[in-house]
Amino acid sequence: MRLSYPSSIKIIRVPCTGKVDILHILRAFEKGADGVYAVGCMEGDCHFNSGNFRARKRMEQARKLLNTVGVGGERVQMFNLSSADGPRFAEYAREMDQRIRDLGPSPIKMAMKKAA
Amino acid sequence: MIVADKKPIEEIIQQVEAYRNVLILGCNECVTVCEAGGKKEVGILASALRMYFINNGKDMRIDEITLERQCDHEYLEEIRDRIDKYDAVISLACGVGVQFMAEKYLSKPIYPGVNTCFLGVTDKRGLWTERCQACGQCILANTAGICPISRCAKRILNGPCGGSSKGKCEINKDLDCAWQLIVDRLKALGRMDDYEKLFSIKDWSTDRAGGPRKVVREDVQI
Ligand code: SF4
Ligand code: SF4
Repeated sequence: MRLSYPSSIKIIRVPCTGKVDILHILRAFEKGADGVYAVGCMEGDCHFNSGNFRARKRMEQARKLLNTVGVGGERVQMFNLSSADGPRFAEYAREMDQRIRDLGPSPIKMAMKKAA
Repeated sequence: MIVADKKPIEEIIQQVEAYRNVLILGCNECVTVCEAGGKKEVGILASALRMYFINNGKDMRIDEITLERQCDHEYLEEIRDRIDKYDAVISLACGVGVQFMAEKYLSKPIYPGVNTCFLGVTDKRGLWTERCQACGQCILANTAGICPISRCAKRILNGPCGGSSKGKCEINKDLDCAWQLIVDRLKALGRMDDYEKLFSIKDWSTDRAGGPRKVVREDVQI
């Protein structure tokens, strides 16, 4: 499967989405990311039982917080797929890429550019 | 432990927006355990505030420090050499820590970053419940280890009021009646005889009724 997905996406590998912390997401935005999404296993299929549920909650927390500070919670998303489902991985990547393009660059990135 | 809850970020923003250099000061003890004011919450709040202010075109420096405790001189002294760098401090410690900070650094504005709620336990992750109101005269020996002062809405002694129904308190059907819990446990301990012993009127002067309190222990003073 030589599937392609948008080159705008930087992949950070974690052993389980349960490792993803709200701080990782916030720091990504502070460093100029336009959007952050986590791709976890299907719900109910987590090797550690609840990792992907934890991730979902943290993404939700990040969403709320980003709304509060005016960055836009819709820049954060959790996806679930089976690890064997490459085509869907590429599909989610395109979906997120398109969403962020529609939203435009992160206001934080723009403000940092202006301040520099 | 002392249980606290996060304050809304909007409230904190309002308090500090006039400053340029702000320190967020966490505490490694109770507020870390109840996930309201430890190193991690300091990081989250700092990140959120930095984003908010940069987004609003404001040049704001926000630093993060988490001390072992904020209710002891020695730990609060650790920031004495740095405190002058900041216009204001947001303390994520309980109200005790915030006040000790304020006493020690007289001319530095200190803002509370959490709402201090009660003395309680971690029932489960994300659920904390009250267990003690620090009445200063503990009666748990006679109430099967369950506190009617903190857990009964009316703080009554000598058995439940008339509102106790099916084990629940009349103020809220999800709340266990403290006296039901006490009776259940006395039975489990085979100590129902204790239930017949009457409490005399409690001395509330050691509770808040006697004004601010102190504990003096000359034996440990140096
Ligand atoms: S009796 Fe007083 S000291 Fe003992 S647990 Fe209850 S409130 Fe706390
Ligand atoms: S129902 Fe029980 S807990 Fe509630 S006020 Fe009466 S005695 Fe106290």
